[in-house]
Amino acid sequence: MTVTTETTFETVCRLDQIEPEGGVTALVGGEAVAVFRTFDDEVYALSNYDPFSKASVLSRGIVGTKLVDDEDVPFVASPMFKQAFDLRTGRCLDDASVVVTTYDVRVVDGLVEVGPRRS
Amino acid sequence: MATHLRKQLVVVGHGMVGHRFVESAISRGLTETFDITVVGEEPRPAYDRVALTSYFEVGAQALSFLPSGKYDDPRVSLRLDTEVVAISPRQRIVTLANGEDLHYDELVLATGAAPFVPPVPGADLDNVFVYRTIEDLEAIREASKKGKVGAVIGGGLLGLEAANALHQLGMETHVVELAPRLMAVQIDDMGGKTLSQHINKLGLTVHTGAMTEAILGDKKGRVDRLALKDRNPLEVDIVVFSAGIRPRDALARAADLDVAERGGVLVDESLQSSDEHIWAIGECAAVRGMMYGLVAPGYDMAEIVVDRLLGGEGEFTGADMSTKLKLLGVDVASFGDAHGATEGALELTYQDAVSGVYKKLVISEDGKRLLGGVLVGDAAAYGILRPMVASGMELPENPEELILPASRGGGLDIELPDEMQVCSCNDVTKAEIKAAVSDESTLNDGSPCVDAACVTAHTRAGSTCGSCKTVVKKIVEDYFTATGKEVDKSLCQHFKMTRQELFDVVAVHGYTRFDDIIEAHGSGRGCDICKPAVASILASLLNQHVLEPGNRQLQDTNDAYLGNLQKNGTYSVVPRIPGGEITPDKLIVIGQVAQEFGLYTKITGGQRIDLFGARMEDLPAIWKRLVDAGMESGHAYGKSLRTVKSCVGSTWCRYGVQDSVGLAIELELRYRGLRSPHKLKGGVSGCARECAEARSKDFGIIATEKGWNLYVCGNGGAIPAHAQLLAGDLDKETLIKYLDRFLMYYIRTADRLQRTSYWMDSVDGGLDRIREIVVDDALGLGAELEAAMDRHVESYFDEWKATIEDPEKMARFVSFVNAPGTPDPNITFREERGQIQADITDGPVSLGTTIPVGAP
Ligand code: SRM
Ligand SMILES: Cc1cc2nc3c(=O)[nH]c(=O)nc-3n(C[C@H](O)[C@H](O)[C@H](O)COP(=O)(O)OP(=O)(O)OC[C@H]3O[C@@H](n4cnc5c(N)ncnc54)[C@H](O)[C@@H]3O)c2cc1C
Ligand code: SF4
Ligand code: FES
Repeated sequence: MTVTTETTFETVCRLDQIEPEGGVTALVGGEAVAVFRTFDDEVYALSNYDPFSKASVLSRGIVGTKLVDDEDVPFVASPMFKQAFDLRTGRCLDDASVVVTTYDVRVVDGLVEVGPRRS
Repeated sequence: MATHLRKQLVVVGHGMVGHRFVESAISRGLTETFDITVVGEEPRPAYDRVALTSYFEVGAQALSFLPSGKYDDPRVSLRLDTEVVAISPRQRIVTLANGEDLHYDELVLATGAAPFVPPVPGADLDNVFVYRTIEDLEAIREASKKGKVGAVIGGGLLGLEAANALHQLGMETHVVELAPRLMAVQIDDMGGKTLSQHINKLGLTVHTGAMTEAILGDKKGRVDRLALKDRNPLEVDIVVFSAGIRPRDALARAADLDVAERGGVLVDESLQSSDEHIWAIGECAAVRGMMYGLVAPGYDMAEIVVDRLLGGEGEFTGADMSTKLKLLGVDVASFGDAHGATEGALELTYQDAVSGVYKKLVISEDGKRLLGGVLVGDAAAYGILRPMVASGMELPENPEELILPASRGGGLDIELPDEMQVCSCNDVTKAEIKAAVSDESTLNDGSPCVDAACVTAHTRAGSTCGSCKTVVKKIVEDYFTATGKEVDKSLCQHFKMTRQELFDVVAVHGYTRFDDIIEAHGSGRGCDICKPAVASILASLLNQHVLEPGNRQLQDTNDAYLGNLQKNGTYSVVPRIPGGEITPDKLIVIGQVAQEFGLYTKITGGQRIDLFGARMEDLPAIWKRLVDAGMESGHAYGKSLRTVKSCVGSTWCRYGVQDSVGLAIELELRYRGLRSPHKLKGGVSGCARECAEARSKDFGIIATEKGWNLYVCGNGGAIPAHAQLLAGDLDKETLIKYLDRFLMYYIRTADRLQRTSYWMDSVDGGLDRIREIVVDDALGLGAELEAAMDRHVESYFDEWKATIEDPEKMARFVSFVNAPGTPDPNITFREERGQIQADITDGPVSLGTTIPVGAP
């Protein structure tokens, strides 16, 4: 079973191709996926599609942290209308009813690999 | 309606009030039934007589209410340089100086007043003037070139204005007043004395209680000496009479209309004269015998007559004669019953002879209500005191606190009633000001105002004479204190300081990296608010490439991709066209680029051409084409200089007096790339016709015969603001020096996303303070600000060119990091009028899994 999961991970780029607190867009399974790297080198993957502006732009947003309930949440602000999305869950911090799809992602030997959609 | 059924209305006099009458007649629809003919004796259309003294500084065009010389309603015609010499009420005609008759159905007299020249021997000599029209000022200016010493006869409000003018013209100036004090009508003895002290200090000489016996001429019939009763004569070259005004009622007298005992066309509350078809408004009118020498009551009268002619019932019920002015830099205010004429009235005074401050309150016998007062030297309390009189509210326990300086326990800590009118110029109550800071629908984004500058922009309170500004600010602050909302000036949750404070921190420590700044002075990792703000500050200080590693991730998307993000995820490219001037060759290149990359083209509102629909991965190739053709992409994004708009100017235009295109290009090239708290726009017009709309820009320059007038802090947008004159008749070097200082000072001290007009409102002292800093160099910052701008100019480079030359920066311009050749399927277009238009998709678009994907 582990093998199947393994094979669904796709290598998209080297980690050093993503700047700290930057993002890139990757084509994974025909879909545009935004892959972000935070200051502490965590990597997150979200659908690139911004549900507010209906455009494929999230990877171009500003990455930072926002204090929510005393916790520093890593987030990206959509470059279009600036809504903030929690990088870990895809949930919109300005409107809890909106969530964008997140993907499994990992770094293996300096390579970034994107896995299947999380539900 | 057929023309012959339309009624005829004639207005005599095109002064301030006559003009207001016509404007109101047009906007309220009176011209639907009336043709209006305005006959004015002066050679030019109505102008701002109240601001007459600024004529030497700003010129006639700036004072004009109707620079184009005509109203944009074709049913109004204006005949200037034409005197009305007679009225025949029975035939309903007026006769013009050239003998022509005009028929009227309704006649409005707005002939104003004339300066009173007492019958002093020698009043007919050359070089004796009055002070009422632009022509008077011109004549005085001419004469001042040949003379050294001037005397103004009359120390009232207008006399001091005239003295101010002589002083400005560099003359040694005397003020001769018959009464024992200056401004006898408005202020009391002590106030007059205090004012005299200030004026003496400025180098003018005040003679009170002095009676002019004669003006003596030399052999050529020119003024030589002023003989005063029981005093030594004064040797003078010019005399200006300002000994009061008399209503111009001669036409009415000759037509047998009733006139008031002390002059003026006698009218009732409806402003109707003794003839039912003749109305009188402004300074020529005496309402129930009372004449009003101020413009605001005249405006009221104009509105009432329009209302009456439309069938309304408006009545003139008197006017607030309160005044506040700055005479020769000294604050003087008088309001309500300034002389304590009310029976049993009590007086409270405060005086500080050293700093030249005098304040008096007149209080009702029972000590409960404020009736009036006088303020000299410090009129800050006027904004709160005048409305206290008008509203009749009860006085606080210790009314003296109203005039004591704050350091001595004074201050204006009183609760004003909500319905009190705070701004009289724009009729705004305290309740309306509170609504602006509490009502969520105030701003478009569903939030209320958070500061006084925003309240002024929304309610107009404080935008005219400015005397109510301190009160507006106080009401706003009190509201926030009362509701427990601390006025949070933090930039965002990561930086507990304002942009200005952050700017200083960065400059003082010489930081160059966001990481160092947030570590030392902030918390967390920043957000979409503080990161671009820091990027802008660093850019203003260092002018590095915005895509330098470490800087890049701070940039808002437009800066990050050096173009403007569009709704479907593509970008726009706006080639810089400095001053709007472009060669045919370059135009062709722009067209070819658009064809090649399938872009939509449109002329922008900023005199250039926008190319829309560029895919991010195509941007470098587009820029390269532009760079190769000797152009650069321009900033239509980012908080930086946009365009300096020009009119064609003296090189082609038959009216142009200076080369506006040349200057616009020079300024655009000088300030391009300058990062600032908000975007910056400029404009240059070649003459006062102002075809470049320069005064709707952050900096606007209008050519004069002698150089350039510099206007600052204007904008268009949702809340337009006209730029204000900072300095006039500058040569180019001085202009650029002032502009450098102005822009740098703004960049250093403004808040994030605070455009220049809001910034000006937030600066204590407003435009005057900015002028002190920029023109008079009051803070001694001038050289430093200029040097900072020089550094910017020297270090400017084409950031698009630098990007395409740097592979590392180029690496980011791909659709997919793992499939650089595949266009993002989410980007779609439709077609309209033969060009592409952005389309959006309802949900993410998938390419399907079969598309081959390249390895990293
Ligand atoms: C392209 C253009 C409209 C056009 O097709 O003509 C335009 C387009 C935009 N304007 Fe504008 N403005 C354009 C001229 C103007 C003008 C006219 C002018 O410059 O003479 C004004 C009024 C003058 C002024 O700025 O005061 C104007 C007032 C605004 C405002 C309101 C500013 C304000 O202080 O109230 C905004 C909003 C803002 O900046 O916060 C705005 C914002 C924008 C933005 C940047 C909104 C955005 O973020 O997408 C638009 C970018 C379009 C793009 O992608 O290129 N635009 N905009 C014009 C570009 C001129 C140029 O060559 O640079
Ligand atoms: C230096 C100065 C400073 C002032 N400061 C202030 C101030 O701070 N605050 C304030 O409220 N007021 C001030 N005033 C007063 C203010 O200017 C007047 O109240 C205002 O101009 C009155 O407007 P009006 O239309 O009645 O008269 P005007 O503006 O004088 O207009 C009357 C017009 O009628 C024309 N006219 C007259 N007779 C005829 C005729 N027979 N045929 C054709 N045309 C004719 C005149 O030439 C003139 O153009 C100041 C005035 C001066 C001179
Ligand atoms: S503003 Fe410019 S274009 Fe307009 S009339 Fe003056 S010089 Fe000519
Ligand atoms: S009272 Fe003049 S601007 Fe408010």
